[in-house]
Amino acid sequence: MNLTTRLPGLTLKNPVMPASGCFGFGKEYSQFYDLSELGAIIVKAATGEARYGNPTPRVAETSSGMLNAIGLQNPGVEKIIDEELPFLRSYDTPVIANVAGSTVEEYIKVTEALNRSEDISALELNISCPNVKEGGVQFGTDPSLAKEVTFKVKEASNYPVYVKMSPNVSNIVEMAKAVADAGADGLSMINTLTGMQMNLKQRKPIIANKTGGLSGPAIKPIAIRMIYEVRQSLDIPIIGMGGIITAEDALEFLLAGADAVAVGTANFQNPLACPDIINDLPRVLKQYGFDSVEDAIGKGHV
Amino acid sequence: MITKQLLEIKSHMQIAEDTFEIVLQSPLAKELKPGQFVHIALTNHMLRRPVSVAGIDAQAETFTIIFKIFGEGTRELSKFQTGDSLDVILPCGSYYPIDQLEIDHAMIVGGGIGVPPLYYLAKTLKENGVKVTNILGFQSKNQIFYEEKFQALGDTYIATNDGSYGTKGFVTDIINELNPAFDYFFSCGPTPMLKAVSSQLEGHKGYISLEERMGCGVGTCYACVVPLKEDPSKSKKICKDGPVFSANEVILA
Repeated sequence: MNLTTRLPGLTLKNPVMPASGCFGFGKEYSQFYDLSELGAIIVKAATGEARYGNPTPRVAETSSGMLNAIGLQNPGVEKIIDEELPFLRSYDTPVIANVAGSTVEEYIKVTEALNRSEDISALELNISCPNVKEGGVQFGTDPSLAKEVTFKVKEASNYPVYVKMSPNVSNIVEMAKAVADAGADGLSMINTLTGMQMNLKQRKPIIANKTGGLSGPAIKPIAIRMIYEVRQSLDIPIIGMGGIITAEDALEFLLAGADAVAVGTANFQNPLACPDIINDLPRVLKQYGFDSVEDAIGKGHV
Repeated sequence: MITKQLLEIKSHMQIAEDTFEIVLQSPLAKELKPGQFVHIALTNHMLRRPVSVAGIDAQAETFTIIFKIFGEGTRELSKFQTGDSLDVILPCGSYYPIDQLEIDHAMIVGGGIGVPPLYYLAKTLKENGVKVTNILGFQSKNQIFYEEKFQALGDTYIATNDGSYGTKGFVTDIINELNPAFDYFFSCGPTPMLKAVSSQLEGHKGYISLEERMGCGVGTCYACVVPLKEDPSKSKKICKDGPVFSANEVILA
């Protein structure tokens, strides 16, 4: 079974990659399996300077999902380039760096810094983190801001740019068109939805930040719908994500129009989630009558 | 090496109110050191549950975990039976670095569900020829477990919040009263207790073990971080760098 899938700057031996923020920089999960099995790896967000993130508790379990408010904790782009990315060189899998910032200038600074790294193949522009006060989701929910930051990052980058879309919008197609017009090479969709959960004993939200980003199977139907809508109107490559646990879930995303998929929260439940999905995918594709991954992409459109 | 294994439950029993002891079989049992935890998957829950190790039997290749029902996840865990299997990641986290310490007399200070890892620690210390004094706190009499097992290792004092057994009050009240001599203290329990114990024993050498809501349990997600005293803009991960920290290393919230 041919699992290859091609996107700008990325030829993937299979369509499955861990999602940003759910895999660190790969070291921990490399203890569980050979990272070369992965289609690609999207590493944790990089900001201009080191960030501490939000107070704890930062996670809460929900029905079929979880909330997180990590707040983009990371050691800063320079340390990521020098101390984290080189580890991934020894694996035969492309690395996608996730770029975050509070201002357009910070996004550009991170992008320009990443130009000096030879350890990556593409950027994922994070304009959809719901857990930071400045930047993040405000760029991802205003079409003109999204357009501006995408245009400037694209201009500054030597690598293809995938824009990670926020689902916290009423018109996802409008947002997708804005970033496509600005030159995005592809889209990552979707990021988490803003949510909240109460601690009954303490009579207050469980997460110290009050709100967090909802991920996991709970958001899968929203991701599928949004990918379907965007694919219907736009011819732009999509890395689909949001609640994928099984190879069947991955196929659903392909049918909706994703060219590849990313697995997030499932890694926490099962550290072998990505290789398990990769290994099961040929069986599932065959079961539903597909000869390859590329054969299945977009086939859910009626 | 950390791995994910499907482990058979060799025994499963209730040992106090809402408190359960499970013995699991794994060839990795002997790799588990005092202070470490295992990360357990539950069918109806997205996130695993971290549970500390309360002891091992190297020969039988088994280890013991003790947990209390706090929510739906631990309630589900309490319903497993002997012969069932659990999906477990192990070994997780740091451990009490007792091999590197010169100790003649250790003071063990545990609270509630922080008591189990200290049993494994106290037992190991005793086997290494260290004198142990155990000070344990529980909410009430019906929640006490392992008292006799601790007594077998050294002098053991118990406080209950409601006074239904032992000293009425907190472990800090017993420490005040006894004022025992010791080289190192080792403490595990709720954060307010750890804060009180650490401040009471400021200037003494010791190690504490922390609890926090975890995402991945292996160090990738940055959910369970704790700020460092020497530079609060920096942090360590409780699941990977911890749960055991030197008493003055981190800032307790």
